Amino acid sequence: MPQTPAPAQAPVPGAWEELVTSALLGTERRTPPGHAPGRAAPTALLDAAAVETVRRRAGLRPARSAERLEPAPEDPRPPLPAAAARRLTMLLADRPGTAGGGRRGTAPDLMELLPQWLAAANARGFAAPPQTLPALLDAARGRTDLRPATLTFAGPRALWLARLNPDWRFALRAAPGGGAALPRPEDTARVRQLWEEGLFAERVALLAALRARDAAGARELLASTWPTERAEDRLMFLDSLRTGLGPQDEPFLERALADRSRNVRATAAELLSALPGSALAARMAARALTCVSVDRTGAAPAIVVEAPHECDADMERDGVVPKPPAGRGERSWWFGQLVEAAPLGTWPARLGGRTPEEIVALPVADDWQSELHAAWCRAAVRQRDAGWARALLGSPTAPEAGGPGAVSLAERAKLLGTLNAGERAEWVAGFIATHGLSEAFQLLGMCAVPWAAPLGRAVVDALNIARDAGSYPWSFSGVMGLAERCLDPSEAGRLDGLLAIPDETEDASPGAGGYWAEAFQRLVTTLRLRAAMTEELGAP
Amino acid sequence: MTQQGVRWSADQVLALAPDAASRKAGSKLGAAGPWSEAGSSDEGTVWGLCKGSGSKPYQTIVDIADVSGPAYKCSCPSRKFPCKHALGLLLLWAGGEGAVPTAQAPDWAEQWISGRRRRAEEKSAADSPGSGPGAGDPDAARRRAERRAERITAGATELEQRLTDLLRGGLAGVEQAGYGMWEETAARMVDAQASGLAARVRELGAIPASGPGWPVRLLEECALLHLLGQGWLGRDRLPDDLAATVRARVGLPVSPDGPPVRDNWLVLAQYDTADTRLTTRRIWLHGVESNRTALLLSYGAAGRAPELALPVGLTLEAEVSAYPGGGRQRASLGKQFAPPAPTAIRPPGVSTTRAAARYGEALRDDPWLESVPVTLERVVPVPDGDSWQLADADEDTALPLTPATHHRPGLWRLVALSGGEPVKVFGECGHRGFTPLAAWPADPGPAVQLC
Repeated sequence: MPQTPAPAQAPVPGAWEELVTSALLGTERRTPPGHAPGRAAPTALLDAAAVETVRRRAGLRPARSAERLEPAPEDPRPPLPAAAARRLTMLLADRPGTAGGGRRGTAPDLMELLPQWLAAANARGFAAPPQTLPALLDAARGRTDLRPATLTFAGPRALWLARLNPDWRFALRAAPGGGAALPRPEDTARVRQLWEEGLFAERVALLAALRARDAAGARELLASTWPTERAEDRLMFLDSLRTGLGPQDEPFLERALADRSRNVRATAAELLSALPGSALAARMAARALTCVSVDRTGAAPAIVVEAPHECDADMERDGVVPKPPAGRGERSWWFGQLVEAAPLGTWPARLGGRTPEEIVALPVADDWQSELHAAWCRAAVRQRDAGWARALLGSPTAPEAGGPGAVSLAERAKLLGTLNAGERAEWVAGFIATHGLSEAFQLLGMCAVPWAAPLGRAVVDALNIARDAGSYPWSFSGVMGLAERCLDPSEAGRLDGLLAIPDETEDASPGAGGYWAEAFQRLVTTLRLRAAMTEELGAP
Repeated sequence: MTQQGVRWSADQVLALAPDAASRKAGSKLGAAGPWSEAGSSDEGTVWGLCKGSGSKPYQTIVDIADVSGPAYKCSCPSRKFPCKHALGLLLLWAGGEGAVPTAQAPDWAEQWISGRRRRAEEKSAADSPGSGPGAGDPDAARRRAERRAERITAGATELEQRLTDLLRGGLAGVEQAGYGMWEETAARMVDAQASGLAARVRELGAIPASGPGWPVRLLEECALLHLLGQGWLGRDRLPDDLAATVRARVGLPVSPDGPPVRDNWLVLAQYDTADTRLTTRRIWLHGVESNRTALLLSYGAAGRAPELALPVGLTLEAEVSAYPGGGRQRASLGKQFAPPAPTAIRPPGVSTTRAAARYGEALRDDPWLESVPVTLERVVPVPDGDSWQLADADEDTALPLTPATHHRPGLWRLVALSGGEPVKVFGECGHRGFTPLAAWPADPGPAVQLC
């Protein structure tokens, strides 16, 4: 409160200041005015100061108000149901660092459930309770992966708040234009103006937003200023054409193949090769087909590879990188790029009318198999060809699927991405049933949440087997954590049999049974919690 | 009395937690997983078995209808109070009928509950005749009190001498003198059994390091300490109420003497302050009928949470008796007639001008008062340079927030709640500024805790 006593009550103006000065210097050196020096002076000073202190405090008045804030914009979304608001409070109370770490115990990891909760709340379009905004912003500040969903949920008031606290400045950066809304695609004049005058980040955001709504319009906007853009900007803008890529983009991309920047050329070539009907794809197919043929002279037909002998200027123009990375031969490097960019649909005709499965099953002469299959994998991912992906993935129960085969786990994970969710889950379920969980983490990450029933059952069965095998649960903590977040909550009932501590067998690790029971309890608790969370938010 | 509709909210349960770690641990236990045989009775008892790290589950019981606030019992070894199991159980219960159904209490719970009820009845029976059995010989008690008063008088006299010496030599010297001289003086006051004087002396020691303007603050506190010392030495000549205030401020034990006021008491705020010796819990209550605001104090040894914990935002129908002195702000919680229940009631508010005046008026009864409880009507948090103030929505006046408020998360909850629009705020208004403790949004909604 300001130290402004009411003037009418002040007996002597400046009396208090005189008292402070005397007190600082000491009554030996200075006696306050109106008091006699000597032994009684300190007491007299204290008496006067006491009166003055109480008088000053009793006379306090409010200050003048500072300039008012512009009120926060209205959030038209409906408020959270009461139970969901309570749940949010609990999820946010579980912030990392508020208690010692250590063993996880049977309690669910609430912070890990926040992303799911936010996604569910956003899907239903609820507004955040205002008083939770600081905790939400703090959570998003610590975890960049949480930011998009958190800021969507937190809504316009969070941006208003972030302008007042430097700790939350990230929220303004995350929102394009410092929180100002992008112009609507129909508002061509404003779109045009922002495109021509905006900052780089604003222009990238504008192009991405426009491309999602109106692919052709975005391309035309980009083409209108293309020659005047800087090389690194061209690369970023070109990248945004990945969204909604279609045959109509081909003429523009063909022109970009002649770009001054090598990175722009390579990106244009990559985009064109993802369009199986494009002229570039046809050129690459013609090149690749001459390298691969079926040799029928042996006992069984086999694929023979004759890698290109040179990388000519036309190949370079079509995006083939001439110089291989260290440790790779030039010819296999060029070959891999040709096959990767060739449309997969051209191979059956070239290889005796065989199906993709039959082609993949053919032996490959002279150790070219891994090179050829890896290139086909990249092509299947780039062209999103589920038929070829299925063939290359093979049967999940095949013995070589679990070990180091021609197709690595990382490639498998990418191939899975081209299949639909149900097929993906089924493949991974089959894989786990045969090979267990030790290699499954990356593949599980590709599966849709919540896990489909066969996949969930496979994971639970595999965990059960791992427990019976006598290992400790923390060897599977990654999969356990995923299961807590991804298993369908309706599976909780099936887990009841696993909650008890089993009798310890001789070959089991000491005490493992108790830790497993604890891990399964946490799993069940988390699933119940997720079911409750979803129920509290109501139907989407 | 029935449990229907009076389950608390998660916020209210979490407010009982003694610290942030317990809040987190309790939140994790607020789900069905580790619990079995959980249930609640219509008399306001909740119980359950919680699976811990050992083989035997912990037995947790909470009596929310207890006359002196919620009571907890748990077989876990934790020294936290309430422990995480009690918090988790209450959260589970707050979650709804499904997880904690109404049921018959099991034997182990029933024993504890009936034991408590019996002891409570014995206690009230013992209290009623007047002097308890512990009072002993009234003559001996009087002699003890006289001896203590003599010691305090000696201490106050010594303190006066030290203050006089200090002012004779000048306050400028204390910046170099350091903390030692104050600690020694404070220890002398502890010896003199004047804990109130000792605490004030210790606070004096921190002022020279408290930043610009310290000489003014040091002189103010020295003067008020002198006033208190003089008040003690001349207490015979003071009006009764002021003398009672001086006795309480010096550190003599006081007991409530006001008549019990039965009312629906809305729990406005609860917060703890701690120094190296003691944790002090303050709970502000607002009487819905009496329109009185009362302060409950509860103490715990260093590092331990005080026992009394009330759910913020609920009302409890109870009796409250005022302590003598200090404007009769402090009170003790007496008999409770019903479990705490949710309410839509908010305390009536005043303008910023009226709030400042109210502090000035309260100094008449207690010149040592740091702040008074006030509810502000229609105020907006506004940044003012590096600090914040609560500006009156309808006048050109504002109360600055206390400097300590700027580092608390509650400030941002208040700003977020307001969104630049007027809100109702309860807090403490004093010479350092306003400390917000609870706020209500403009539209209907529960109180938001800021402390």
